[in-house]
Amino acid sequence: MSETGKPISRIDGSMKVSGKALYSAEFNQPNMAYVFPVRATIAKGKIAAIDDTVAKKEPGVLAVISHLNAQKLKPMDMQAQMKAGAAFLGENLPPLQSNVVHYPGQFIAMVVAETYEQARTAAYKVKVRYTKEKAAVDLKAEIPNSKRPKMFMGEEAQVNEGKAAPLLAASAQKVDHKYSTPVEHHHPMEPHATVAVWDGKDRLTLYDATQGVGLTGAIAAYFLDLKPENVRVVAPFVGGGFGSKGLWLHTLIVAMAAKAVGRPAKLALTRQMMQTNVGHRAATVQRVALATDTNGKLSVMRHHTDTYNNLTQFFEPSGKQSLVLYKAPLREVTYNVAQLNRSTPTFMRAPGESPGTFALESAMDEMAFKMKIDPIEFRIRNHTTKDPMQGHDFSSEYLLDCYRIGAERFGWSARSIEPRQKRQGRYLVGYGMATATYPGGRSAASVKVVMDAKGKVTVSTASIDIGTGTYTVLAQTVADALGIPVDTIEVRIGDSSLPAAPLAGGSQTTASIHPAAVEACVLLRRDLAALAIADPDSRLSGQRLEEIDFAKGKLFVKSDDKKNDSYLNILSRSKRTELEACATTLPVSGAGLTVPSALCTPRETPAEQNSDIKQYAFHSFGAQFAEVWVDEDFGTIRVKRFTSVQDVGRIMNEKTARSQVIGGVIMGIGAALMEATDYDQRWGNPVTRTLADYHVPVHLDVPPIDVHFIGKNDPHISPIGARGIGEIGITGVSAAIANAVFNATGKRLRDLPLTPEKFYEV
Amino acid sequence: MRAFKYTNAPDSASAIRTVSANPAAKFLGGGTNLVDLMKEDVMHPTELMDVTRLSYTKIEKKNDGVSIGATATNSTTANHELIRKNYPLLSMAILAGASAQIRNMATNGGNLNQRTRCSYFYDVNMACNKREPGSGCAALNGVNKNHAILGWSEKCVATYPSDMAVALAALDAVVQVEGPNNSSRSIPFAEFHRLPADHPEKDNNLKQGELITAIDLPANQLAEKSYYLKIRERSSYAFALVSVAAALVTEGGRISEVRIALGGVAHKPWRATVAEKWLTGKEATTANFKAAAAAEMKNAKPLQHNKYKVGLALNAITRALEGAMQGGAYGTMEAESTSKN
Amino acid sequence: MQENAKFPDLSDAERKALEELMPDEINEIISSGIKRRHFLKLFAVTGTALLASHMLGIEQLMARSAELSTPPPLPIENGINLSFKVNGATKKLMVDSRMTLLDMLRERLELTGSKKGCDHGQCGACTVIVDDKRVLSCLTLAATCEDKKVTTIEGLATGNELHPMQSSFIKHDGFQCGYCTPGQICSAVALMEEAKNGEASYVTANVREKKAAVKLSDEEIRERMSGNICRCGAYPNIVDAIREVHGDKAVAQLWQFAEGTN
Ligand SMILES: Cc1cc2nc3c(=O)[nH]c(=O)nc-3n(C[C@H](O)[C@H](O)[C@H](O)COP(=O)(O)OP(=O)(O)OC[C@H]3O[C@@H](n4cnc5c(N)ncnc54)[C@H](O)[C@@H]3O)c2cc1C
Ligand code: SF4
Ligand code: FES
Ligand code: FES
Repeated sequence: MSETGKPISRIDGSMKVSGKALYSAEFNQPNMAYVFPVRATIAKGKIAAIDDTVAKKEPGVLAVISHLNAQKLKPMDMQAQMKAGAAFLGENLPPLQSNVVHYPGQFIAMVVAETYEQARTAAYKVKVRYTKEKAAVDLKAEIPNSKRPKMFMGEEAQVNEGKAAPLLAASAQKVDHKYSTPVEHHHPMEPHATVAVWDGKDRLTLYDATQGVGLTGAIAAYFLDLKPENVRVVAPFVGGGFGSKGLWLHTLIVAMAAKAVGRPAKLALTRQMMQTNVGHRAATVQRVALATDTNGKLSVMRHHTDTYNNLTQFFEPSGKQSLVLYKAPLREVTYNVAQLNRSTPTFMRAPGESPGTFALESAMDEMAFKMKIDPIEFRIRNHTTKDPMQGHDFSSEYLLDCYRIGAERFGWSARSIEPRQKRQGRYLVGYGMATATYPGGRSAASVKVVMDAKGKVTVSTASIDIGTGTYTVLAQTVADALGIPVDTIEVRIGDSSLPAAPLAGGSQTTASIHPAAVEACVLLRRDLAALAIADPDSRLSGQRLEEIDFAKGKLFVKSDDKKNDSYLNILSRSKRTELEACATTLPVSGAGLTVPSALCTPRETPAEQNSDIKQYAFHSFGAQFAEVWVDEDFGTIRVKRFTSVQDVGRIMNEKTARSQVIGGVIMGIGAALMEATDYDQRWGNPVTRTLADYHVPVHLDVPPIDVHFIGKNDPHISPIGARGIGEIGITGVSAAIANAVFNATGKRLRDLPLTPEKFYEV
Repeated sequence: MRAFKYTNAPDSASAIRTVSANPAAKFLGGGTNLVDLMKEDVMHPTELMDVTRLSYTKIEKKNDGVSIGATATNSTTANHELIRKNYPLLSMAILAGASAQIRNMATNGGNLNQRTRCSYFYDVNMACNKREPGSGCAALNGVNKNHAILGWSEKCVATYPSDMAVALAALDAVVQVEGPNNSSRSIPFAEFHRLPADHPEKDNNLKQGELITAIDLPANQLAEKSYYLKIRERSSYAFALVSVAAALVTEGGRISEVRIALGGVAHKPWRATVAEKWLTGKEATTANFKAAAAAEMKNAKPLQHNKYKVGLALNAITRALEGAMQGGAYGTMEAESTSKN
Repeated sequence: MQENAKFPDLSDAERKALEELMPDEINEIISSGIKRRHFLKLFAVTGTALLASHMLGIEQLMARSAELSTPPPLPIENGINLSFKVNGATKKLMVDSRMTLLDMLRERLELTGSKKGCDHGQCGACTVIVDDKRVLSCLTLAATCEDKKVTTIEGLATGNELHPMQSSFIKHDGFQCGYCTPGQICSAVALMEEAKNGEASYVTANVREKKAAVKLSDEEIRERMSGNICRCGAYPNIVDAIREVHGDKAVAQLWQFAEGTN
């Protein structure tokens, strides 16, 4: 039976439950110094003076470093950075290079000391004087000065601008409302941390909490002006990321500190710094208008987003799903992007779709209610099997099944269209649903497979396991591709010196590295077969390569399985200590394109080409169902149960896959009910500073979650057939919950999160 | 965290002597508040006297009531037979606070002395009269949705965060204190914490060097009908938006005695004396509870972002009294089992 | 024999295996929470090897980089001479009065299993068991630990044998990134003891009724574990894992695509 898909327990589980798994801050080094940054306390202006006399005299202090004395870094140069694979810096601000302050919390100096306690105390004693400038801190106030960016990540940003208005004006049935979502923070449980170790002047090892060892290495090499091959980034375990663990400034700061004091150095960010220095999801104000004909078919959809950014090209693309879902003949998607003196926004779990589905799927619910159609029925009427913008078929799409199965599992038929019909004791009970969607991505990746004389197989690639199960599913794939047991396979990832892989983001790891792993196994089997065929002592001697198949650690002739030879025997007779194969695959349809193994060296993933994006549209879909109980006296809302049905292609490991969806749903519950960072409207500083203020769901907030997978292979994304599952779980969740709140109470809440005071405002 | 000298106090007399002699010295209980604030650089004592090994851990009968030691932990207190049986309101309030781990560390004395969670107080770059007298109050015109609606002053609009203290206020507890030179005094709970007025830097009326040794709970008839209700933004491990400790005694359907205290609305646990007066002698009906709550909330003065607290408190008082009528065995939304489990 | 009384329904061999599984200090916790059937189940599920071969390379990598020579004497102000027990071993060292128990474990004693998630008591990642109670090591000054007994995640397994709670977390996938996991597990292990002592929680229906021991409903487990945040969102799986150790029957796992749950 195939290992792939089996719900086996994580192979790294025992290390994690026993405290043996080491995360970046835990790679303590002999003679290591500790770094503690100093952060700006104004939103905009210039540093006039830094007084470090007191701080320098603190016991144990080795150095106080600011723009005045910091090592000069290579300046920003987008073209050069692109070439070096170093364009993807979290914020476009090489650290400690000038006296300009762009946002509150910006790293402006650091103390390096013998111990953590000493560094922290001394950092408090660094005194900074500023010349303040008028800062932009309020989104609403800055929207009139905002830009309409042309492009977003290589795609047209403003779609059909202005075209919806006449159609909307002419429509009889329409809804048109504003929905807003707050600033959200990723807050992975492991704070970002880096240990930097120099070996001489030009070799650097970074133990870094990153979602992409290759990316971090390339960026660090660029700014520190090192040869890329001389920077090694190691991250065997990463304590969650959710989009926040790209390269942020602290990684460079630690490397600079270590160089300055000539010792290894460590910096683990405080939770307070996680609020200001490693990105967040920007707030959005979205306006969604929908119109239908009398049969409930959408005629036009308009989705406009007001948002902001700072020190990045990125902005929250909350109109994304409105280009994918439903069969409206016309859709307009536009953005205004203001610039605020606020820390840099970045990718956060389902960037775009997470806040975007809140708006669109709430609006769908409003429209369905207006027409007194069941919300599922309304979606079915408007279902599309093609990407509405390009007209391509979806590579594999079972959204209608998601609705149907979800409705059955959840017991949707017990819902009434009219609100306020169900009570449980003193609580109002409501049901709500929403569609989930997220693109299926795939990138180039390289994987190396080595078999030793004992039959043990090591598979390596510079991928990362941020909790997604990469270790485990990779072992499962290789077990099948070689016909050997999972426990004879060792997985090495999280090291930039291994063959290149994309960063763990965009739900693409599985879709990208598994085809390469399979290809590497094919190559390895071919080499084994060649050895056997050429070996007169083998029962396979002289056979034709095409005739040879494999199973259970053996090669055999398809027509006669008595003619066989085991990997072990082939290897031992050949007197080799090991056999190695490496493959790089590019994201093309079918088998994928395997490129010559010369390209299969660390750090060199060839540029993507030839993708069959031209033929198919790759998207995952799902349906989310929530039951909420509302205490109307207090405006408190609890999600009492949740059903999530997902069409994400093949399931590689049902146990870890289910966990990822559950995790997405829970983060969605957080977004719906409690997560928000508030900023002071006068000075722009975050008033939500810590995990005591930034509420994420706790155990008691989380109900039983029923997850069901459609489980049908996607025949076009790769021979593996799996699309990603890391992000889709969060999409649609907040809408399903808000829609359930409407069903319970008749109150339509359009401003996340749905904390008690929101209830008192409507 | 600034450098400080740590001493494991050998006895209370020397602990009191040291702390009263040095204005920058502090007692250390479980450290769950003080260590947090020291890491934030909000507080920087030069000397810590660890009092957790002093012998004030007993929870015992005293006169007709019970005395709880100041260095007993919150969890020991909440789970003690004498408290669960006779003062369930206190158990409920303690258990509504923080997390199991924190309650295992937190001492009763430390709990009463915990400081506000006002975010501007915690951010040393912000003006705050409580942290730095005379610097101003950043919250007054800032983000103040978690702040006070009752009893605040222009100098400070912070709320006092303890759940335990809200129950103690309702229970008319008495704080026992030892001071320098073998002095000692008893502070009625209502006089322990302060309203901010012109001196928000003072949370309570303890003097430097005064050590809380015990909290006395007088006997009462309230155990049968008491309830602690806490409303927060997530279902656990969060401070109250509004909380209510309610307890009453009824005779023939009429209220002969009632205690109501509110948390999350003022600079101290707020005894709802207006509502109490209104209710005494009346029938224990929801309509009366609501009217009494409304009478209390007439005095509320919300800030820019916390108008919701007025309605919330009104409904919470009503619900808490209903809960008390049902003997405390009144489900929270969390406690009620999930519909499909 | 006293041991027999501890595990009345286990055979001698099983008892021996179970005893090996458990560190001395929390023997009783387990004896209260574990029954024969699911002990056997857990045992079968995890096998006996703590480290499967697939992680050896990573472990070596980490071992190499983590090797530390004795740290040089540091310029410590307000140094405190400390003697306490961690995972059964007595430790004596001088610490800065500002150092927390968590930083002492992680930075001085090479016990990095306890995690720093927030450093302010707001997440539970640093949960350890001190004198049989779960506490937050990030808010515990190291100096206050004189003479105390500290159990960390590293002290739960015995040799290569995992604690039943650890095994149950693996079985139920009670984690993803694994960063909150040591705190969750220490918390859950201590929770078993609290249940045995009949302690109440905010969702306990009637606090006035004090029972000798309580059987925790899922809701009770959730409330009592709410001091341990998991941002990956492994909560439902963690509850399953705890229920299995706390209850007396294996918690079902239902899989769509494959039979076999291991
Ligand atoms: C994340 C988090 C969430 C929390 N949530 C809640 C909540 O929901 N509800 C709630 O009520 N509380 C909550 N708390 C607060 C917690 O209850 C308090 O921190 C705790 O009760 C303080 O007790 P302690 O012994 O640790 O005090 P310490 O931190 O040791 O001391 C606090 C203060 O009391 C003084 N002190 C200590 N003992 C004495 C004494 N005997 N005599 C005189 N002075 C003394 C100290 O000098 C210090 O100034 C939370 C705390 C955290 C960190
Ligand atoms: S409300 Fe009080 S504690 Fe908060 S900033 Fe104002 S003075 Fe400080
Ligand atoms: S690190 Fe101690 S509670 Fe978060
Ligand atoms: S497993 Fe990642 S935070 Fe819990």
